[in-house]
Amino acid sequence: MIEFLQQLINGVSLGAIYALIALGYTMVFGVLRFINFAHGDVYMIGAFAGLYAGPKALRLFGGQPGYIAALLVLLFAMTVCAAVGIVIEFLCYRPLRSRPKLSVLITAIGVSLFIENVCQDSHVFGPNPQAFPTIINDTAIEIPSSWGTFADLTVTTSQILVIVVTAGLLLLLTQIVLHTKLGMAMRAVSFNSVASSLMGVNNDLIISFTFGLGSSLAGAAGILTSIQQPSIDPLMGILLGLKAFVAAVLGGIGNLPGAVLGGLLIGVIETMVVGYVSPTYRDAIVFGVLILILIFKPSGLLGRGQREKV
Amino acid sequence: MRAKLILLGALALCAALSQITPSVNPYYYDVLIGIGINIMLAAGLNLVNGYTGQFSLGHAGFMAVGAYLASAMSLAIQFPYIDWPDWSGPRWLWAPKGIWLLLAAPLRLLEWMHNSLVFLAHGLPAQAQFLCVLLYGGAAAALAGLVVGIPSLRLRGDYLAIVTLGFNEIIRGVIQNAEPLGAQRGLGGMMRHTDFLWTFGSAAVCVYVVLALVNSTYGRGFLAVRDDEVAAEAMGINTTKYKVLAFVIGAFFAGIAGGLYAHFKQYIHPDGFNFLRSVDIVVMVILGGMGNTAGVCVAAVILTILPEVLRRVGIENRMIPYSLLLIVLMLSRPQGLFGGLGVARKKGPAIAK
Repeated sequence: MIEFLQQLINGVSLGAIYALIALGYTMVFGVLRFINFAHGDVYMIGAFAGLYAGPKALRLFGGQPGYIAALLVLLFAMTVCAAVGIVIEFLCYRPLRSRPKLSVLITAIGVSLFIENVCQDSHVFGPNPQAFPTIINDTAIEIPSSWGTFADLTVTTSQILVIVVTAGLLLLLTQIVLHTKLGMAMRAVSFNSVASSLMGVNNDLIISFTFGLGSSLAGAAGILTSIQQPSIDPLMGILLGLKAFVAAVLGGIGNLPGAVLGGLLIGVIETMVVGYVSPTYRDAIVFGVLILILIFKPSGLLGRGQREKV
Repeated sequence: MRAKLILLGALALCAALSQITPSVNPYYYDVLIGIGINIMLAAGLNLVNGYTGQFSLGHAGFMAVGAYLASAMSLAIQFPYIDWPDWSGPRWLWAPKGIWLLLAAPLRLLEWMHNSLVFLAHGLPAQAQFLCVLLYGGAAAALAGLVVGIPSLRLRGDYLAIVTLGFNEIIRGVIQNAEPLGAQRGLGGMMRHTDFLWTFGSAAVCVYVVLALVNSTYGRGFLAVRDDEVAAEAMGINTTKYKVLAFVIGAFFAGIAGGLYAHFKQYIHPDGFNFLRSVDIVVMVILGGMGNTAGVCVAAVILTILPEVLRRVGIENRMIPYSLLLIVLMLSRPQGLFGGLGVARKKGPAIAK
């Protein structure tokens, strides 16, 4: 029981990261109806932005790891990623707006491969894993022994931090999407892009904004992963991005709460499989979930089915 | 008739050339065999991605199935006295007890078939054994193609791409756990049966089959599915059958290519059949022009030689120019470098919507 609870905690903190990335996929799918394959690489760039900014932020505070320094690093990575996302959209996807979807998909794969491989070049980040600077002290939280068997649980500060930051970002995102003019325009574009442009919405601007928003969440996810794991490398975004996509599909692509639910579920499922089955199946099981979902409920857990019109 | 003559001519040419190829520089020989294998992979994938318009991103998975099962069979023939791990014996394929009971029977059946085939192939001459081994790998991959093809019926575009990619990862995941297939250690020790004739002979047969199929009355169904699935369905074409058939045939040739690869390199590892290998093949198809077999073959040749040339000029990572090529091609010439120049079809092939 206590082991199950432990796995659940680990799974939720992993799932929070999937949720942040899945939100980017889902938002882009909402406005453009295509999978941004390069999203996982934006997440990787976020982690490397942290690698660059981490030591500088620490120097500002006398070399001591702390929450303000970590916050600065987080904001920096989010800004960098937002910029990267907007540039990718502007250079690669905008010229293809009226082309068949398959062209856009192939371009997205191309962009993803390009980022991964350029970053592997020794003049950029280099192919080897690099140690991420300690921007917060990651320690296990003491659970008072009066909690009985629960005292055996191991919860680290970074796990709490991941969940807290994710929850904060989700609240912020909800505010933006539901209560601002830009958010309303976003929902309009996603609902019907032709009608929204007739109503005076600048679709291109909104699409850029969506890319920026989604990419900044991926950047935040990049930092949040990096404070938990010892090293980062240019290929870290491939599998994680794909799994986050699976999370988005599981929750119902185009549906924001669905992406969060899917992310948490995928995180928990993956941790349970690693804990109780076999670590080598951790990737295969996620794709198995995807296939089952697409066979039995292609619209996802929270999505609404759409009829195809000829 | 003309096509058959060309095929025979190509096979004769391969037989003649294979007399001299063993004497060429081993490095060039390696590249040469790589070209043949890539032509097979790309021509097979072209049937799925190009002619039928189903975007598959998991071709390396089928190649892995073919490579591993062909190797397992040829190793069993080669070393009959080694006690190979039972397929259904140790619980390498993890499953809860109830499900395991369901899985054990088909696994035992597969193992029994595998062992009987090995037994039957024992008396044959070496070349005939190799043919059996290759066909066995191809058939296993075709079976995998059938399994992947079925969920693909309700999916299209982006979803299908991800699902096929997922299957690629699942196949790798199973192999990484499969004790009879060497798990994480990889599988080695196969004889080097693959030579020029085998490789290019199979490639010629593969290209012939794809072309003959697509240009036949029957094969027009593939093009109809690509051009407009709904209209094709309305015209009474069984789109389901064509989609699955495309997957099965493409996978079969990928399996053969995998078997050839395994018996050339003599060592295979699950990491050699990952997502990036699939992307390699997809790039060949896109560069050559989807639905243009001649173009795809030329692209396979170019893209096999290109990394070697790039290495000479100091670019180690071939994926950088590849990915740039993909982006620029999609922005400026989505029909591929050779798209619209094909001999087989006069009208330039359109990318499916």
